[in-house]
Amino acid sequence: MPINEIQTTRIPPKSQIGTLVWLKENLFSTWTNSALTAISLYLLYICLPPLLNWLLISANFSFGTVNIFGFSIQFSEEMATNSNCGRSAACWPFIYEKFDMFIYGFYPREEIWRPNTVFAITALLFISVKLIKNLKHKNKILLSFIVLYPVISYFLLLGGLGILPVVETYKLGGLMLTLIIASFGIIISFPLGILLALGRQSELSTVRFFSVIYIEFIRAVPLITILFMASNVLPLFFDAGISMDKLVRALIAITLFQAAYMAEVVRGGLQAIPKGQYEAADAIGLSYFQKNILIVLPQALKISIPNIVGSSISLFKDTTLVLIIGLMDFLAVVTGAAADKEWLGRHLEGYVFVAMVLWVMLYTMSRYSKKLELRFNTENTN
Amino acid sequence: MNNQTGSLNNGNIIEISQLNKWYGDFHALKNINLNVKEGEIIVVCGPSGSGKSTLIRCINFLEKFQEGQILVGGTELTDDAQKIRKIRSEVSMVFQHFNLFPHLTIIDNLTLAPIWVHNETKQEAREKALSLLDRVGIKDQAEKYPNQLSGGQQQRVAIARSLCTSPKIMLFDEPTSALDPEMISEVLDVMVELANEGITMICVTHEMGFAKKVAQRIIFMDEGQVVEENDPENFFNNAESDRLKLFLSQILTH
Amino acid sequence: MKSFSKFSNLKNLSFKELIYNNEIRALLIQVLTVVIIFSLFYVMIQNLNENIEARGIVSGFTFLEGRSGFDILPFLGSYIVKFSPNSTNLEVFYVAIINTLVCAGVGIILSTILGVLIGIARLSTNYLISRLANAYIELFRNIPILLQILFWYNIFLNALPIPKKSISLLDVMFINNRGFYLPNPIPQDGFLWVSIAFVIGVASAIYLKRHFKRKQDETGQQTNTIGFTLGLIIVFPVVVFLLLGSPLQFDYAVLGKFNLKGGLAIVPEFVALTLALSVYTATYIAEAIRSGIEAVDKGQKEAAAAIGLTKMQALKLIILPQALRVAIPPTINQYLNLTKNSSLAAAIGYPELMSAFGGTVLNQVGQAIEILTMVMLVYLVISLLISVLLNYVNKKMAIQGR
Repeated sequence: MPINEIQTTRIPPKSQIGTLVWLKENLFSTWTNSALTAISLYLLYICLPPLLNWLLISANFSFGTVNIFGFSIQFSEEMATNSNCGRSAACWPFIYEKFDMFIYGFYPREEIWRPNTVFAITALLFISVKLIKNLKHKNKILLSFIVLYPVISYFLLLGGLGILPVVETYKLGGLMLTLIIASFGIIISFPLGILLALGRQSELSTVRFFSVIYIEFIRAVPLITILFMASNVLPLFFDAGISMDKLVRALIAITLFQAAYMAEVVRGGLQAIPKGQYEAADAIGLSYFQKNILIVLPQALKISIPNIVGSSISLFKDTTLVLIIGLMDFLAVVTGAAADKEWLGRHLEGYVFVAMVLWVMLYTMSRYSKKLELRFNTENTN
Repeated sequence: MNNQTGSLNNGNIIEISQLNKWYGDFHALKNINLNVKEGEIIVVCGPSGSGKSTLIRCINFLEKFQEGQILVGGTELTDDAQKIRKIRSEVSMVFQHFNLFPHLTIIDNLTLAPIWVHNETKQEAREKALSLLDRVGIKDQAEKYPNQLSGGQQQRVAIARSLCTSPKIMLFDEPTSALDPEMISEVLDVMVELANEGITMICVTHEMGFAKKVAQRIIFMDEGQVVEENDPENFFNNAESDRLKLFLSQILTH
Repeated sequence: MKSFSKFSNLKNLSFKELIYNNEIRALLIQVLTVVIIFSLFYVMIQNLNENIEARGIVSGFTFLEGRSGFDILPFLGSYIVKFSPNSTNLEVFYVAIINTLVCAGVGIILSTILGVLIGIARLSTNYLISRLANAYIELFRNIPILLQILFWYNIFLNALPIPKKSISLLDVMFINNRGFYLPNPIPQDGFLWVSIAFVIGVASAIYLKRHFKRKQDETGQQTNTIGFTLGLIIVFPVVVFLLLGSPLQFDYAVLGKFNLKGGLAIVPEFVALTLALSVYTATYIAEAIRSGIEAVDKGQKEAAAAIGLTKMQALKLIILPQALRVAIPPTINQYLNLTKNSSLAAAIGYPELMSAFGGTVLNQVGQAIEILTMVMLVYLVISLLISVLLNYVNKKMAIQGR
């Protein structure tokens, strides 16, 4: 009888599904696995409770009365001082009291609307980039954003031109300064990196030579040596008349540093494009610039986007190094605050606070990068 | 019934009864019953997703199953490392994507199992490997690396590799589906030769010409179950179920 | 010469044609590049000289012979090069390099061990272990390394007790906020024989492995060499050691009135720096290992299983050789990153190259250009060596393709 009777579709037998089965398969499948599970549970047991205790349970949250957006929340009678907080748990009032300084550095309090405006404009920028995705003139709009935004934020933050009071750069500090340095570094190093990458791929041997030397030299030395160079030595290379702000020196160092790394990322993208693209562009008669701007770079940059984000994440982490040359970035301001005689010794709370804020930012960036990578892998399955 | 690896008294070398497999909630194999006699040549075909690859991968325990029983040469397939190893030395598999080991030379690909699993001497293993390579026509490529060979050559090496352990049963999982058209016949020729030597073969394939030539039984699977099975003559000319008739009309008009 | 024949063809072109000629253009651009870069350097160096003269900064390398005037924390470097406040700045340079290499060396070893463990754990089928490994990676990768260094340093300084109340582990090892005190091993007469025994053990283990491999080739018989190897490398020297009457004395740290005396002191700066670097770099190495193992095609595992290899055999013969090819290059790159990151010691005062030479000496002498150039050159050399190593490894491991 060649034909078989039709079989019914069934659900899997009871013994194959359910939480008990999951536990058995994933945690206790073999003796070694069970032992590992036991060890991990034990490790968690000795690590987590003291940590949570220090962070939350026994921690001091007496902020006094807090006013947010017109609402008043009373955490406690009055704000705790260093002596009220114990040493065995976190003293969060330290962070609360210094919060403004941690975010804005030494920016004059009356002018705080200015950095806040810049924050708001930045947020709007991110949102609008998503919104104009489908608009016809999207490239022109993006370009105008990229040009106007730095000009407007510079003016708002530092003032001048007789309209806004001037704020000296040494007053910039805290998280604001970290973000300024990171954004400047990422944005300016990008075109520089593209130029270097093109230079390294160039057929002209001198151009290639200098690009390679620059890139390999910068990548071989630690960022801190370049920061020191910029901080101590750079002024000597220029006319005595030009005074270089400490912040400017750091920005130059970080940008030149990141340009080399960005160049390598872009070079990866350039090499990933099939050779046929270059040949086709030549065949239809495009000049060097047309070829690169219209054909090569759009593709190379698209492929490299996940790595560009990855490199930017590294740069963001590296901005903390400006602490060593004396710029009061987020980490520096918090470290300094713990030396304040009112809150002596609260380093741990400060470090944990900085770690949490930076971790959230960096983790978000890396999740975004992974999402991009997934999107590109599915788009580019050839 | 005998406990050594060999055929059972009734001549069956593989007995599959009431085989059911789930991937999570998805019922992939529904109540499969199949007996394979020693020396039989079987072709399994069907639309994609029908479970044909899953079925043969259960026979050498590359896929686990939840219900049912599989007997290979008298030994029952359970999740026992020793039993599985024994069965795998009697049952060889040729994969769709060859799965040659790229960091080893061709000859090292072949001698790996004899040396490490069957404790043969290097000399013995090499001699046997060279004669097998000769048989599939690749002897002069013995010292090359897999990536230096064409697809058809790699698959022939894969067949030679699975013959190195002198298997009683050979499973083929769509062996020509990943090959360029001009290389399919060189591989099929090797498989036809093997079929004529008396080895038990179960072959999942779309190559109906091959099936007509050597298969003694063709099994049609759809949606996880065996729908129809017959000898080649009746399978193609006297199809009874509607699903098979539909499948044949789709596959044979190409 | 190639260029001459090129130009002889161009002699006959008109000026307009010359401008559009690609070869001429290429030459012009290159000449322009060289001119621009050299004039840039020229202007900068002119300014440099002017400013140096104007500010009275000394230049040259004579400062290297000057007296350093400070003491470096007692650590490995200062044991090898006898250091005192009277040592020259050049000796500071040498000590600092040694300290950097020690820190990098220990960091590389620790981070590799940790990274491999975490990388494998990440791939484990045990849900809890793989989630914990993932949490470790995501946690320590997304916190800047400088913050981690400061954090550990702060913990060691503040959370650890004062010397009088040191934590003691079996009275052999002491931990307090001045450092980690281990017993200082002092080899006695006869220890030389133990070292020789160790070398003999290693050599015979290698020879024995070769012998058994040959035996397998000839007879097919496999022998488990782990027992022999461990016995020769570990048990044999230990037996010799005991037979000779244990010729190794330990100088234990002893709690004096206010502090510990004797023993081998590991300063908290070193522990904090190395710990932070290892923990941080291990996350990257773990990811490299993971990508290496995941890069091995699933079919390889199946084919290995189908031909009857055990899980261990498949791992040793098929999976690892392919996984390592993918995992090793980024790992070596991370070693370079670790060495570069050790320069952050400047933040906590561990006397390595950047903080001692590029920090203290620079502050005293003020010749930033010379000092920073020397520092950068050292890193350049290290980076070059690691590049060479990387290329060598890549070449040796490359899978032959068409």
